[in-house]
Formats: sequence, structure tokens, C-alpha cells
Amino acid sequence: MSDNLTVTFPSELEVQMVRVFDAPRALVFEAHSKCEHLKHWWGRGNPLDCEIDFRTGGGYRFVEHAPDGAWAFRGEFREIREPELIVQTFEFEGMPGQVCVETLQLTEEDGKTTVTSVTRFDTLDDRNGMVDSGMSDGAAQSYDALAAYLTKIDG
Amino acid sequence: MVTVDRLSEVFGALADPTRRAILARLAEGEATVNQIADPFPITLQAVSKHLKVLEKAGLITRGKEAQWRPCRLDAGPLREVSEWVAAYQRHWEQRYDHLGDYLRQLQTGDPK
Repeated sequence: MSDNLTVTFPSELEVQMVRVFDAPRALVFEAHSKCEHLKHWWGRGNPLDCEIDFRTGGGYRFVEHAPDGAWAFRGEFREIREPELIVQTFEFEGMPGQVCVETLQLTEEDGKTTVTSVTRFDTLDDRNGMVDSGMSDGAAQSYDALAAYLTKIDG
Repeated sequence: MVTVDRLSEVFGALADPTRRAILARLAEGEATVNQIADPFPITLQAVSKHLKVLEKAGLITRGKEAQWRPCRLDAGPLREVSEWVAAYQRHWEQRYDHLGDYLRQLQTGDPK
């Protein structure tokens, strides 16, 4: 079932997930925008408390009631363009301050919708540009090396 | 359990390409500041600054031996971060599985 989710790492600290749904784009977009739909899937089969103000500048708060506890998540909608784009922040309330930015793009072809989400594991420090070394050459290679290392210690 | 500060610090430390390059170098084995600085077109001082950030995040440890103070990679925090990212992915995988089922129900008019 889950084998049609493709996960890649397009750049440092970003995770890209691509998933194809057998449904028109307008419907997939709507499923992301209203509690009546989100309750059916966002909680991964667990009951979900849902509050959502689906507009640019609005926000959401979801509480997932999993067997091992209630987990609360919140975020803000930074940009919404129906039916193709949602940019939102994502924060687990158990770890306040650790905010990700999720960018969801929806495209439709032959009645199927591809959702491409890119999550950036940002921190405030990144955005403030802590130490700017001005070094970019070889960064990609070094990241590959690090990624390879992470795979090694992960295994 | 991963703490917030730890995770933020590790992400912050990893956000910089030079620091990632330094970690990649240390993945090959311990090295002195001079050895680490060698391939980079930046000053020793700048490298020291990066090493301080990495040390604070717990990503490296530094030896006590006199002025050499060789740096070593500590894989623990990296593992925590990669586990956290893996859990995040797994949750989305499960969500999308449910979304796929739900969209199917919506379109076939299957009440549930």
C-alpha cells in the first residue's frame, strides 16, 4: 500500500515526498482543507480533534488520539492557492519551537493527482543566518557523504 | 527521548554546508583543526567557530590532549535526527494511505 510513496532528499534538511492519488485534484485539495475530511485520514486511523482556519494567514490545530497518547500538532498557513498549492508550518506541541515548513503542490494528469510535499526542517537560527561561510562548492558532495554516513549508522 | 533544544541545535548545526563538510571529513576519522581546515578556503578562525557550533550541538567531541585537541564525530545526535525525520516520514506514509482509501470511498459513494 505505502510503496507508492517516493521519498527523496532534494537538498540539505529537506525531505520530499511524492504520492499519487486516484482522484481529481479539486477533491484531493478539498480533503486537505476541511475538518470533515481531515478527520478521516490525518489521524492515521486514530480519532482526530480538528480546528482549522483554511486561508493564507490562518492556522490549524490537530490532536491525534493514538493508543499511546494524545499528540497535538499546530501550524499556520503561509500561502494557499486553490487547488494547487498549500504552504504551511508544522509543529509538534511536544517539541515547541521546532517548526517545519511544508510545501504541498498538487498536479493533475488523466484524473490522477500527484501530491508533492517538500518539508524543510528549518530553525529560527537558519533563517537568521548564524554563520555565513560563503562556501558552496563541494557542498553537494559533502552532503552526499554525510547522507551516506547517516544511512550507515541508521542501518 | 530527543529534546527540543538538542534537535534545534543539531538542525541548526547541519544547516551550514561547511559544517556538513566538516562532519563528512570526521566521518572518515578524527582530525585536528589544521587537518580539518586544510581543504577549506576559509580561515582557521572561521573553522574554529564552526567547530564550536558542532561541539555545542553534541555532534563532535574534542580531545583534551594539549593544543592538538583532535575532533571526533559523535553519531548519537545525528542518529536522533535521522530517527525523528524517519518517524515524520512514516506518519505521512500512514496518513496518505488513509487519504487514498478515503478518496476512494468518497468517489464510490461508499458511506463510512
